[in-house]
Amino acid sequence: MAADTVDVAVIGAGPAGLAAATQAARAGLSVVLLDEQEAVGGQIYRAIERSDAQRRTILGADYVAGAALASEFARSGARYAPNASVWQVTRERTVHYLKDGKVSSFEARRVVLATGALERPFPIPGWTLPGVMTAGAAQILLKSAGEVPAEPAILVGCGPLLYLLGWQYVRAGVPIRALVDTTRHEDRWRAKRHMLSALRAWPYLSKGLQLMRTLREAGVPMHEAADDLRVESGIDEDGSERARALNFSVRGVSHRIEANVILLHQGVVPNTQFTLSLRASHKWDDAQLCFAPVTDQWGELDVPGIFVAGDGSGIGGAQAAETQGKVTALAIAAQLGVIDTAARNRSAAPLLRRLADVMRIRPFLDSLYRPRDENRVPKDEVIVCRCEEVTAGELRSFVKLGCLGPNQAKSFGRCGMGPCQGRLCGLTVTEVIADARSVPPETIGYYRIRPPIKPLTLGELAGE
Amino acid sequence: MTSKPLFRVLSPASGTDAEPTILQIWFNDQPLSVPGGRSVAAALLAVGIQRFRATPVSGAPRAPYCMMGACFECLVEIDGMPSRQSCLVTVQDGMRIHSQEGARDLPPLSDLNPVENAHGR
Repeated sequence: MAADTVDVAVIGAGPAGLAAATQAARAGLSVVLLDEQEAVGGQIYRAIERSDAQRRTILGADYVAGAALASEFARSGARYAPNASVWQVTRERTVHYLKDGKVSSFEARRVVLATGALERPFPIPGWTLPGVMTAGAAQILLKSAGEVPAEPAILVGCGPLLYLLGWQYVRAGVPIRALVDTTRHEDRWRAKRHMLSALRAWPYLSKGLQLMRTLREAGVPMHEAADDLRVESGIDEDGSERARALNFSVRGVSHRIEANVILLHQGVVPNTQFTLSLRASHKWDDAQLCFAPVTDQWGELDVPGIFVAGDGSGIGGAQAAETQGKVTALAIAAQLGVIDTAARNRSAAPLLRRLADVMRIRPFLDSLYRPRDENRVPKDEVIVCRCEEVTAGELRSFVKLGCLGPNQAKSFGRCGMGPCQGRLCGLTVTEVIADARSVPPETIGYYRIRPPIKPLTLGELAGE
Repeated sequence: MTSKPLFRVLSPASGTDAEPTILQIWFNDQPLSVPGGRSVAAALLAVGIQRFRATPVSGAPRAPYCMMGACFECLVEIDGMPSRQSCLVTVQDGMRIHSQEGARDLPPLSDLNPVENAHGR
């Protein structure tokens, strides 16, 4: 593939990337789809092509819907590079990637970044202990490996993915120790303001209500409006420290529930590593509490020829992502002259209407499942940067010494300088510093992200 | 070395769904039988490996957190190559895996090969 020029490079094989690649290839463009995983689907449709009947039954119809997308992509004529870690996209649209220990690069006339979402950091005491994982991680174990907690797990936090995982465990006959919900009662009231708009996305809303009903009918112990979360550690048979219990309060009453698997979730946020590394403009989204790249209605950044589709441009979910992928491909087909503007507009109109429809649920979800301040801006003793073990208290002491933002926090104490490159602490660092300095997160900004986006050995780099 | 597994493989619902192939690997020089057709991280979690690495700063134990290549908590050494993301590598028969203890070791000068880690110290 080296030294090639392709019409369109798509990065990420989730719903947005699959839809964009399929639509662009059907329009007659040469397309390469690169993805870090060994098979298409992204995280939402992970392992969709090889999941058996049992797994599909457990995971439900919304998951199985991904199979059609995968088979349309397979027939589209687009080239597919699995196990390919893209580590740099330049503003001139050179795509650098690592595959099978070798680095290669090629030029693309247009680039679609479809790198989706990451789970929002959930910094609470004990969140670094073995046995504490994200709900998304547990769902990936179910989708890709048919694995479930060996003993009943605790599901903690808020947001659709947490309840969906619970529903899937119930369908798999896997007992759940407890669902500890952090949604505040005042947020339930606040969310009602958006109910009218949410009702227009009724299929989604009704699915959510069914999930909750299934969990209640299955007798999953539910604790609502939980705060003061703390994972307690224990010592393993082999002498190693691990999670042993979750401590929390409900209206001032303390609770302690034992479990060796504790699954955290408080929503997902755009994965902005590429868009930040491209120095594209980003805006702080006060409803979704995250940074999102600024794009036009076709998904194009203020870096010409580079587009974002799917959750990477703001959280909308799988259906929105698929629709955005198609819209982006139409815009690219028009820019590259394989369709005219009138044809683009004609094909895009129903897609843009559909996008507006599926996004109607978002204001309701964003306000209902707004993660609590204390779970985003944690107490002093809580580790914020997992890689370099920097606590919120240390971060606040950097601010007292004159640290103004995330980039300076690196030189004050290596915060954000470990292998995850800030993926697991970036938003927390922004919000902790914003809180300590009493200025808005928008003013504080985010880490400056530089390539390589994925760690690369010098040996691999020298091989290009 | 191994403890009670945190995760288990769902047993097939019917005779038509295949049981996973069992592979032989080594973890910290101990032989282990693990289910195949999954990532190294998923295979190790299913057989009771709870501690994948120790942090370079305090030596605290860590294990997979995100399972999607973002958190780098599941770093292990695989067949002599340090700092592999075990959630992104498919488990293979005969793999020799070591937990990653702190910052990864520098190779001895005698067999210095260019496998520097951009983020190692």
